[in-house]
Amino acid sequence: MRHLSRHIPLLVTLLACAFLLIPIIQSILAGLTVNYFRGLSSGLTLKWIGQVWELYADSIFLSIKLALACLAGTLIIGVPAAYVLARNPGRATRMLEEFISLPLAIPGLALALALLQLFGSFHGFRTSWTFILVGHILYTLPFMVRSVVSVLAAIDLKTLEEGAASLGAGPARRFIDVVVPNAMPGILAGALTVVTLSIGEFNLTWMLHTPHLKTLPVGLADSYASMRLEVASAYTLVFFVMIVPLLMAMQWASARAQRIMK
Amino acid sequence: MTLTLRNIAKTFPGGTTALRPTDLEIAKGEILSLLGPSGCGKSTLLRIIAGLETPDPGASIIFDGEDVTQQSVERRKIGMVFQSYALFPNMSVRGNIGYGLKMQKLPKAEIAARVAEVIDLCRLGHYADRAITALSGGQRQRVALARAMAPRPRVLLLDEPLSALDAALRGQLRDELALLLRQFGITAIFVTHDQDEAMAIADRVAVMSQGAVAQIGTPEALYRNPATSFVARFVGDAMPLEGQVEGAHLQLLGGILRLPKVAGGQQVLVRAEDVRIDPQGPLTARVETVTFLGTHYRISLAGVMTGPLFALHSGLSAPRPGDEVRLSIPPEALLVLPREVAA
Repeated sequence: MRHLSRHIPLLVTLLACAFLLIPIIQSILAGLTVNYFRGLSSGLTLKWIGQVWELYADSIFLSIKLALACLAGTLIIGVPAAYVLARNPGRATRMLEEFISLPLAIPGLALALALLQLFGSFHGFRTSWTFILVGHILYTLPFMVRSVVSVLAAIDLKTLEEGAASLGAGPARRFIDVVVPNAMPGILAGALTVVTLSIGEFNLTWMLHTPHLKTLPVGLADSYASMRLEVASAYTLVFFVMIVPLLMAMQWASARAQRIMK
Repeated sequence: MTLTLRNIAKTFPGGTTALRPTDLEIAKGEILSLLGPSGCGKSTLLRIIAGLETPDPGASIIFDGEDVTQQSVERRKIGMVFQSYALFPNMSVRGNIGYGLKMQKLPKAEIAARVAEVIDLCRLGHYADRAITALSGGQRQRVALARAMAPRPRVLLLDEPLSALDAALRGQLRDELALLLRQFGITAIFVTHDQDEAMAIADRVAVMSQGAVAQIGTPEALYRNPATSFVARFVGDAMPLEGQVEGAHLQLLGGILRLPKVAGGQQVLVRAEDVRIDPQGPLTARVETVTFLGTHYRISLAGVMTGPLFALHSGLSAPRPGDEVRLSIPPEALLVLPREVAA
């Protein structure tokens, strides 16, 4: 009895892992088999991945471009915003922080509809990739701001800046020499989160996209809807290869930021 | 550099007065200490001199004849040592010390030479390339001083620079700091709540209370001739003697003391070292506790007044708790001073 009870947690863990991993493995195999319905006996192939590349390379590049532009946007807006929030703690700034975080609580669908209503009539903007970029920045900005604010809140920023000022550093120099380097762990963690979220974002992007502007996840939905299962599965595999290293880097960076905050 | 302060006051937005109009003159190369309990306005005054706080309108801060009242902190060419040191964790010891020189846009070779010079003077040679986080409290304190001194500031401002250290280290660094400041020969203002620190480091001490300078003078002058009972209690721990003043006599529970002068409505204070155990003394008291402190005994006495009276007793033996003793206090040791008025 005692022997058995020791193994139950292990068993549960293994079952949970299997529950998560089996569909993934199945999907990966589906993308690599010649004919999924005949099974592995039909042999392995990279043909489907090649087809994905032919059909959806544009989506991959668009997603990378979007993610990098979104990162630049959130850095330019988010880091100074986080600095202002951290330097002026109080009720007003707390409310501002809540406002910035609002896109997290609103479904992407509603956010997209609001954007369409507001900018739908600007045809040039509506059909350009920058329209999706605006949506992505809105959605990812709170992650950048919060990540940077939490690191900045843990250091005595005011005194550090006073120290720099007493040595002759003006506001811009203090920001570059003192604020940014000390916020770096938060900026790094925020940056990885933003890129990961931007590449994986579907709800909002699906509403905003045009036939010529399909991002990686939108293309994935498209491939499942209109291609053979092997191609769609191969697409999933491509998606994995892109997103998993990002996720791992994100884990590492946020663990590092946590350590610094202690 | 001579520093002249005229009419410096600070009222916080809520209406609280942090500092009442204050005038102060600091000579070239002088080390002045601002001494007082927390909330007395000493840090506010220092931060106004630094340019980190704005004084109320009408103030003027003059560095060597130049009015700097409207100048921002980064233009005042001051050096500042913060209580928490405010060292930049993203830079090495050398990077921290060289930062002010970098801001002056000096050539790289000159920066390196001057950083090396200050590192040498502050005995930081072994730690020059370490990260700030790898230093002890005492080492950080020296780096903070070196960083403030490297750009050759006009005045050095120190805000409780020793209070983040533990007691044993504090005493050692106090003497070290006093020596270094003398070596630099810089005009310095040093904020502290610790009278020993102020006495050890400063040429002159300004004792502050409730947003104003209560008295300013050399440590000896403050100790020997305190102007108010607050100064007497803060510098040298004088104890108020609670009793009835009748002309030139003070009636206490344990007897009558002769005063050096007629004390109408004033407070009488005495320091523990002036309370003597004397079989012919006019006061009777009961020994409560006796603490042996090596060079002397510290004796707590009951029965002289409602509260305890302390005496420092040197000698080979001391009375025991419970003993009845007689005490004398020489009239010239009694401090007859104006009472503090609550603001």
